[in-house]
Amino acid sequence: MKKLVTTAAALALTAGMASAEGKLVIYHWFEYIPQELLDKFSEEHDVEVVMDTYDSNEALLASLKAGAIGTYDVAVPGDYMVQIMAGEGLLDTIEEGELANKGNIQPEWADPAFDPGRAHSIPYQWGSTSFAVNRDDYDGPIDSTDILFNPPAALSGKINMLDSQGEVMAMAALHMGIPQCSTDREQLKALNAMLQEAKQHWASFNSDTAKEVLVSGDASVGQIYDGFAAKARQEGANIEYAFPKEGYVVWMDNVVLLKDAPNRENALKFMDFLLEPENIAAVTNYARYVAGVDGVGPFLDPELAKQPESNPPADAGKGVFIEVCDQQTQEVYDQIWTNLKK
Amino acid sequence: MAGGAATGGSSTSDTYAEARTWLLLPAWVTLGILVLAPVAIMLVYSFLTKEFRGGVIWEFSLGAYDQFFCNRGLFGDEPCSIEWTYIQIFWRSIWQAGAATLLSLAIGFPTAYFIATRPPRQRTLWVFLVTIPYWVNLLIRTVSMKFLLRDEGPLNDFLTGTGLLSEPLAIVNTNFAVQLGLFYSYLPFMVLPIYAAVERYNFALSEAASDLYAPRWTVLRRILLPSVKPGIIAGCILVFVPSLGSFLAPDLLGGARNFMIGSLIEEQFKGNAGNWPFGAAASMILLTMVLIILLIFARQQAKAEG
Repeated sequence: MKKLVTTAAALALTAGMASAEGKLVIYHWFEYIPQELLDKFSEEHDVEVVMDTYDSNEALLASLKAGAIGTYDVAVPGDYMVQIMAGEGLLDTIEEGELANKGNIQPEWADPAFDPGRAHSIPYQWGSTSFAVNRDDYDGPIDSTDILFNPPAALSGKINMLDSQGEVMAMAALHMGIPQCSTDREQLKALNAMLQEAKQHWASFNSDTAKEVLVSGDASVGQIYDGFAAKARQEGANIEYAFPKEGYVVWMDNVVLLKDAPNRENALKFMDFLLEPENIAAVTNYARYVAGVDGVGPFLDPELAKQPESNPPADAGKGVFIEVCDQQTQEVYDQIWTNLKK
Repeated sequence: MAGGAATGGSSTSDTYAEARTWLLLPAWVTLGILVLAPVAIMLVYSFLTKEFRGGVIWEFSLGAYDQFFCNRGLFGDEPCSIEWTYIQIFWRSIWQAGAATLLSLAIGFPTAYFIATRPPRQRTLWVFLVTIPYWVNLLIRTVSMKFLLRDEGPLNDFLTGTGLLSEPLAIVNTNFAVQLGLFYSYLPFMVLPIYAAVERYNFALSEAASDLYAPRWTVLRRILLPSVKPGIIAGCILVFVPSLGSFLAPDLLGGARNFMIGSLIEEQFKGNAGNWPFGAAASMILLTMVLIILLIFARQQAKAEG
């Protein structure tokens, strides 16, 4: 599915582009940016836009490290991946004054821990990852991560998890109340044992079809991104997105300036373009997440403000970003993930 | 080319000798670039040191193979004991692929026999019918399979609707669903070579055996099967080998609860682990295994023909 979507999107984009002055090569998630917005940029700046897509932060990193760096101008990594890519030397620095619209960034996103001072990136969209429960199948309380890791009998065997190590491990850490990059051996052993136990209740690991399994009723509970949950609800699933009291994962995707960008000027133009409220609001309306730019309000679909996925209840736990562990710690987590899926 | 050689006045065999090098060149270049070079890169990478978060450090290391065969505990500091994790994953994949192959053979052989025994004009139509589903992308066929097998899908609607079962049969996210998916994905690879073999089979041999009072079972076992054995072996290899490395059916129909060889290797390159040497090592071990299986078949075939 991923490959199909990717290829189709790439073809659709490269076909029918008139020859233009300059070029812009984007490396982006699939199904995230509306085509009309790319066309608009292309017309406004007389630039030919080419886009390739990827399906996970790790796939983006792997591709760039395997030699794709120097091909693309901009990419859209998530928070922790910005930090990793900066550490790997894959990002170029945006000099002071190079972005006219930098002031539009909301103050809370202007100096994030994953990219201090926004040296390499601008905010794109942010949202949360938690889980959704089908209310036709279960009407009990869902304000705890127990629903995923220690579910009531009614939900056992009806749970889909994201097939993504980072999201599963972060949620598990919240569930146990331990750090995400723990070095405490007892905690790590307990985490390993807890996941082995929890797996007995899980029907499947799937990220691509995280939305579909909820809509079709194949799963009663699904670990899922908030925007996907909203879309599943629009498609008729009677689901409720949970904000567990133990906490949930928050993420932000960011547009980064890649090192050795062949069209650096156009990349900066594109970033300025995405910092204009009207343009970034178009992405929000399409993907159902939240922008990190001031003044988007008037351009947003009014339904967005009302959707439950954007309105955590008062008793919701804290939203936390996925943390970047050092090599030695990460290797233990990799081992735990392999144990879980062996 | 032939004309040029003729004016040169050289003998026919010389002409071929000279031309052969050039005529074989495209094949060698293709093989070299598309087959040998990637395998060579894999082999080299499997003996390098892994770089954190993907990539390799150009230092010789047996780390990847050590990780495959040695269990050093959760924290990697215990002495080496046998690592069953990856052997288990390989075994699961072999078992799945084997089951899918047997299933394909059980359905594919009678199908091929049926087609080959139709009048010649009808045969083309039947072969055509067998291949029609394969004009549709593999992914779409696998997803469709899931829709058929789902708890609320047509199969279960039928079973519960007719009162055959009171509860829907849980097939999706089981090993059986994976086997069905693989079986369906690769069935024509079983049918077509067997069909080709049975079509060439001289049915007068069967008649002769029957005339000599051989029971039907004996005719099948001692006359037909040995004659079409090359087709069966080709079919089994063509189904088994791609099934072994597949990850579409295990992911979509099996729920990806457990790694298969294919998804384990994919995870090393595209997943969180980013362990390229280990992915390369696992690929090399898989490749070696497949080669051994092919060699065994090839030797058996040579023996049978020799």
